Amino acid sequence: MKNKYDVLVIGGGPAGALAAKTAAEKGLSVCLVEKRPAIGAPVRCAEGIGREALAEFTDPDPRFISAEMTGAAIVAPDGFTMRLESAMAGNKVGYILDRKVFDRELVWRAADAGADVFVKTRATAPIRDGKKIAGAHLEFCGEKRTVKADVVIAADGVESKFSKWCGIDTTVPVREIMSSAQYVLTDIDIDPQATIFYLGNEVAPEGYLWIFPKGKRAANVGVGISGRKSGKGHRAKDYLDRFVKRQFPDGKAIECIVGGVSVCEPLQETVADGLLIAGDAARVVDPLTGGGIYNGMFTGRLAAEVAAKCIGNGNCSKNALMPYDAAWRASKMGRTIARNYQIKEFLIKLSDEKLNDIIHSLAKVNLKEFSTLSLIKEITKANPKLMLELGALAASLR
Amino acid sequence: MLNIHRDICGYCGCCVSVCPEGALELIDAYLTVEPACTSCGICAKVCPLGALEVVHEK
Ligand SMILES: Cc1cc2nc3c(=O)[nH]c(=O)nc-3n(C[C@H](O)[C@H](O)[C@H](O)COP(=O)(O)OP(=O)(O)OC[C@H]3O[C@@H](n4cnc5c(N)ncnc54)[C@H](O)[C@@H]3O)c2cc1C
Ligand code: SF4
Ligand code: SF4
Repeated sequence: MKNKYDVLVIGGGPAGALAAKTAAEKGLSVCLVEKRPAIGAPVRCAEGIGREALAEFTDPDPRFISAEMTGAAIVAPDGFTMRLESAMAGNKVGYILDRKVFDRELVWRAADAGADVFVKTRATAPIRDGKKIAGAHLEFCGEKRTVKADVVIAADGVESKFSKWCGIDTTVPVREIMSSAQYVLTDIDIDPQATIFYLGNEVAPEGYLWIFPKGKRAANVGVGISGRKSGKGHRAKDYLDRFVKRQFPDGKAIECIVGGVSVCEPLQETVADGLLIAGDAARVVDPLTGGGIYNGMFTGRLAAEVAAKCIGNGNCSKNALMPYDAAWRASKMGRTIARNYQIKEFLIKLSDEKLNDIIHSLAKVNLKEFSTLSLIKEITKANPKLMLELGALAASLR
Repeated sequence: MLNIHRDICGYCGCCVSVCPEGALELIDAYLTVEPACTSCGICAKVCPLGALEVVHEK
């Protein structure tokens, strides 16, 4: 470990890995630190990603693809199932990753590109040079170190403490944290090529329950509920256990994981003097789907691109770094987050009866395109009254 | 005072993200709480496993 780098990346998830790899490819000296002893473990994810989203960053290497998806289904609160198939039968729409391998591979690629990587190394505080963030204090296998950097990229995930230490409020509102629990279940009867989402207050209040296949007879079965709805006797794990007992009484859980997913709006500002914030730490998870793998990789790469430019120009002030913030907000990802936040806010207020109505009416139309946007468009088309309730949102969908 | 039941905790960081005081920190596989904690109980509410508990001393 040197004591000065061009870029210091905090966190070895998808956001940090893409930031480190991109910065190294731009010829910068890069240090990535990850506090866990092993990249990617334990998994904090249901591991689903769209085909095109993955393709933007990597080929679908069979080493990190657990399963290919060709369809999906939504189960209404009353148990009615609506199936969604991709336009061409058998055409894949997405993957279920093996994130232990995937995350490790991404960091490996960053290392191959020239980044220094240190595991079991935790950032404990920023180093300041006046107002500017100028590096971080680290704890490296019990030893204290300091690493200076022209730019620090905080990609420290849902905890997002580094930015907090830098004075940026990253606290997630209670009602906007998805408190989640998941088993990897084996020896269960499933459709191995379709993801299934269960909605409703009984199964997952203000959230959803998922079955994401990991093989012929195995799946990630998990649930996320609003933090507001969580409490003694009705926590995510309680909902999950109830569902599994009913649906898969003979399933064997070979892994039990928990986690939090932020479904709030992104941070007001994702830059400061000498600091860029990427991935979950910036709260850029899709608020409707809870998906953040792609968004992490996208913002991580973009952060490094802007950092490279600013370092080249010798100016890493907040103003100089601001194009990062502006670019992700203007991107397709940023616009999707803004739109899906409104949709989520609308959907969580619906009663189970109304959700039933919507899903029943949706099942009657033939979706041409496989996406949440086309789904929402059909919902509003099938329910003209909803258009009124959706107001400005509906207008943006036309 | 906040009690952390380490035997229940799955060290996921969910609680860390909602603490308004920034009083929680995950150090690899164990959670710590700093004196800044106000015993507000938000973290205990959202924990997916129920590993946190606010106890009021008399
Ligand atoms: C239950 C659950 C299900 C999910 N399902 C999906 C899904 O199906 N599809 C999808 O796209 N997304 C899903 N997500 C979201 C997805 O997992 C995250 O959005 C994604 O991992 C974000 O990547 P990241 O790099 O920003 O953060 P992370 O992957 O969380 O990486 C952050 C890293 O930073 C490290 N770190 C933290 N603090 C420090 C420090 N001080 N010093 C050093 N290192 C530090 C952490 O140990 C961690 O490894 C799910 C999340 C959960 C919890
Ligand atoms: S939310 Fe619960 S399980 Fe997760 S780290 Fe906090 S105490 Fe542990
Ligand atoms: S009780 Fe409140 S202040 Fe204390 S750690 Fe939990 S959320 Fe933070």
